[in-house]
Amino acid sequence: MPNNKDQVYGDHISQRFNNELLELKTRFLEMGGLVEAQIGSAVQALTANDSVLAEQVRAGDRGVDQMEIDIDEEAILIIARRQPAARDLRLVIAVIKMVVDLERVGDEAKKIAKLALKLEAEGQTSLGYVEVRHIGSHVHAMLHDSLDAFVRLDAEQALRVMKEDKRVDEEYQAAARTLLTHMMEDTRNISRCMSIMWVLRALERVGDHACNIAENVIFMVKGEDVRHTPMEETERVVGR
Amino acid sequence: MNTMSPSISAEAEMRGKGASIPVPEHKRKDSLMEDKPEDTVIEEGKTVGKPFTDNPKFKLRNVDVSYGADRAIKNISLDIGRNEVIAFIGPSGCGKSTFLRCLNRMNDSIDICRVKGTLELDDQNIYDAKRDVVELRARVGMVFQKPNPFPKSIYDNVAYGPRIHGLANRKSELDDIVENSLRKAGLWNEAKDRLDAMATGMSGGQQQRLCIARAIAVSPEVILMDEPCSALDPIATARVEELIAEMSESYTIVIVTHSMQQAARVSNRTAYFHMGHLVEVNETDTVFTSPQHPLTESYITGRFG
Repeated sequence: MPNNKDQVYGDHISQRFNNELLELKTRFLEMGGLVEAQIGSAVQALTANDSVLAEQVRAGDRGVDQMEIDIDEEAILIIARRQPAARDLRLVIAVIKMVVDLERVGDEAKKIAKLALKLEAEGQTSLGYVEVRHIGSHVHAMLHDSLDAFVRLDAEQALRVMKEDKRVDEEYQAAARTLLTHMMEDTRNISRCMSIMWVLRALERVGDHACNIAENVIFMVKGEDVRHTPMEETERVVGR
Repeated sequence: MNTMSPSISAEAEMRGKGASIPVPEHKRKDSLMEDKPEDTVIEEGKTVGKPFTDNPKFKLRNVDVSYGADRAIKNISLDIGRNEVIAFIGPSGCGKSTFLRCLNRMNDSIDICRVKGTLELDDQNIYDAKRDVVELRARVGMVFQKPNPFPKSIYDNVAYGPRIHGLANRKSELDDIVENSLRKAGLWNEAKDRLDAMATGMSGGQQQRLCIARAIAVSPEVILMDEPCSALDPIATARVEELIAEMSESYTIVIVTHSMQQAARVSNRTAYFHMGHLVEVNETDTVFTSPQHPLTESYITGRFG
């Protein structure tokens, strides 16, 4: 997708190089969009007991995997052909790392879909669905925002995504306690609640992956690696 | 879509007036770097990064070079560190070769060229009227873009400098100097059995290494290299680059190059020149991963040349 920002940067003298970078970004965002949709569908399939949708999500993961392979190949070729430097180098390296996170999110969606099928087969109660919907939409938004930060090269937005992660963790802990209570109240709930726990765990992981994407966006924009760095230090890097 | 053309002519117009050069409109709006206005403009005499070092070999302050009315180097200040390899990069006509030639006064041979400012080698002014230019050029040797062996034997090419400077009293001493120089230049094994053969019969890569041996033979402290590999094939280039890495233990090396990858491979520090200004000097790794100035980034990523 043609991006206003690329024209504002100024084109490469080599128009082909320009196109190659644009192509890489476009494909990455396509993969991002696909994976976002997978998560949304997986959560929907679970909370609506929609087994058809769940099967679609499981099948759809093959497409996600193939995109990871294609994007990596494209990135390697850019490095081989162009020896990119500075911002272009950071872009290519960041994309190579971020596709891993996207592919994992795809896997989490597949897991959730599989659990949706299991829960649907076990009977129709909505135990835990509120929590799943809530955390599901929270991490879905985080993922969306991290990809948006990539498009707009917005380090501040990326930082906001990273700060959300703490809230997701708190919500996850609260949900886990609730489920524990259900399990203690009635042991017949245990199987169900365990499945819900796995779903919540998968969603919590999606939040972590969104954070990883955000960290890579900050690396691309600011040129500093903020992984494993305390929040105050990251704030300083972004505020620079 | 490409808005570069109007800005380039605006740049050319500004150039004659010696004014600061604004970064073209389309770049100024959006930058991956801190958007302070002064960062997007080159102020004369202002260099981003770390142009100065401790205990420098060369100390250059407020250097101005003009060819007649044309100001080619504008108020540049820079330190060149001992035993470092520093690369000068920049688009054609930016002044990097002119600046290089100041370091051993090769610009003296150009009539209309005027050099102003302070240029010191080991704290001594090299433009002092009392300085012996020949002695300076032995201390600060130069290797040129096109290999230029003398039309003499391999031996005589290397022995020429030491003979003129009286560096050897006996033939055996001269033999030693020739052998050591050829060894250091990585040419001994190929040359030892034909030292009397004409140098011009060697391949381009060998000739260039001979020129390096020739420069080394007079025991310089600094070696200046003006695009030393542009006439060489990739294998010869790789060998010369290996040589530069070995030589930097004993000499200070300044290399002008058009190849970004070469600068990234061989140098410790990189200096980016732009239309007579020294825009940025930084550790090479920094310049090629996160350059500070938008112009440096534009150049090394190929967004303009």
